[in-house]
Amino acid sequence: MKQSGVPLPSALGALLLRDLRIGRRVGGAASMGVLFFLCLVAITPFAIGPDLALLARIGPAILWIAALLATLLGLDRLFQADAEDGSLDLFLMSDTPLELIVLVKCLAHWLLTGLPLVIASPFFGLLLGLDARALEGVAASLFVGTPALTLIGAIGAALTVSLRRGGLLLAILILPLSIPILIFGVAAASGAMAFLMPFLVLCGLTLAALALTPFAAALALRNGLE
Amino acid sequence: MQIEASALSVERGGRVVFADLGFRLKAGEALRVTGPNGAGKSTLLKAVAGLLPLAAGKIEIAPSCDVRRAELCHYVGHADALKPSLTACENLAFLAALLATGAARPGAAAIEAALQRLGLAAVADLPAAYLSAGQKRRAALARLAAVFRPIWLLDEPLTALDPPSQAVILEIMAAHLAAGGIIIVATHTALPIGTADLALGRASGP
Repeated sequence: MKQSGVPLPSALGALLLRDLRIGRRVGGAASMGVLFFLCLVAITPFAIGPDLALLARIGPAILWIAALLATLLGLDRLFQADAEDGSLDLFLMSDTPLELIVLVKCLAHWLLTGLPLVIASPFFGLLLGLDARALEGVAASLFVGTPALTLIGAIGAALTVSLRRGGLLLAILILPLSIPILIFGVAAASGAMAFLMPFLVLCGLTLAALALTPFAAALALRNGLE
Repeated sequence: MQIEASALSVERGGRVVFADLGFRLKAGEALRVTGPNGAGKSTLLKAVAGLLPLAAGKIEIAPSCDVRRAELCHYVGHADALKPSLTACENLAFLAALLATGAARPGAAAIEAALQRLGLAAVADLPAAYLSAGQKRRAALARLAAVFRPIWLLDEPLTALDPPSQAVILEIMAAHLAAGGIIIVATHTALPIGTADLALGRASGP
């Protein structure tokens, strides 16, 4: 068969492009995450009161918890949408390994949800009265930490793919697993200890999640076929 | 190419859907699977596509090759695999890129030609959410024309299609058979193309 015209991108490139397009078009998954993040950060001072010193001290923790919850938002649809409309069947019939497909879907989710949080975090940190050093720490720790949140969340999303209301179960499954990320993320961000040590542990956690998630999530998706 | 299934048995949720089923199809042959609702027509297609595990039996493809059976099959099920926010053209381009095997990636021209063939050229740039049921069905079937795979597994391909579109699909199916392809189609309607019949029946009684 003679091929003509512009060649299409490879399967993985096409998948990334597709997920980014969908995220940008339907109600803007990206802007939703950031708005939710802003809401959480903005209401916390109302609950705690106008104590600027206290806010500055717990600010990194607030930003991290807000980022964690904002990442969870929409994560339950990561594979469920594809399972419902039959796309997942076709993923399984492609010659592209499901593990790589999982990884690319996580990348798209992080670009749409995690990256905007990282970019917005220094500005939202100002709302909480963080100083310049803490702002840098928060942005840097979120930059290496949010991919781990997405990746671990993807395992939960794959496990709950066939459940109609899997969102809540997903949160219950994922939140305990994200505790180590939260601990070292906040430690790096607040600089209570030295910055470097918890930051490197956080990098390690992200790399471990990167290595583990594709296999765990693909296994869960294959077993959830029935 | 030949596909042979013997002593197939599939269970879903602990219930045996069908057991001891067999068929053999050579290049250019089609199999029409019939049977009442719940007889296991869709289950059979999914099992052949490799989307459901076999409880017993085996499916063999000859001459044997080193790619998985799933990668030789086109499966068009009840779900359209279309994203409502993407246009018909974007949907098809993605599915074509996903399903193309080896070095033969279909170009943008192949996508356009497939949409043209299925009569979707006018709505190619419309989000799939705005397509009618029949147009969605055609958009899903367009991947048959866009990407070559030798074995087609079609689950009720003619549902929701108007008579002219049905004729186009039947034409495409006939052309595939003439080119040495294999088709397994689950349907309630009689097809004008030459097919062998496989009737699935549920054990009678409550």
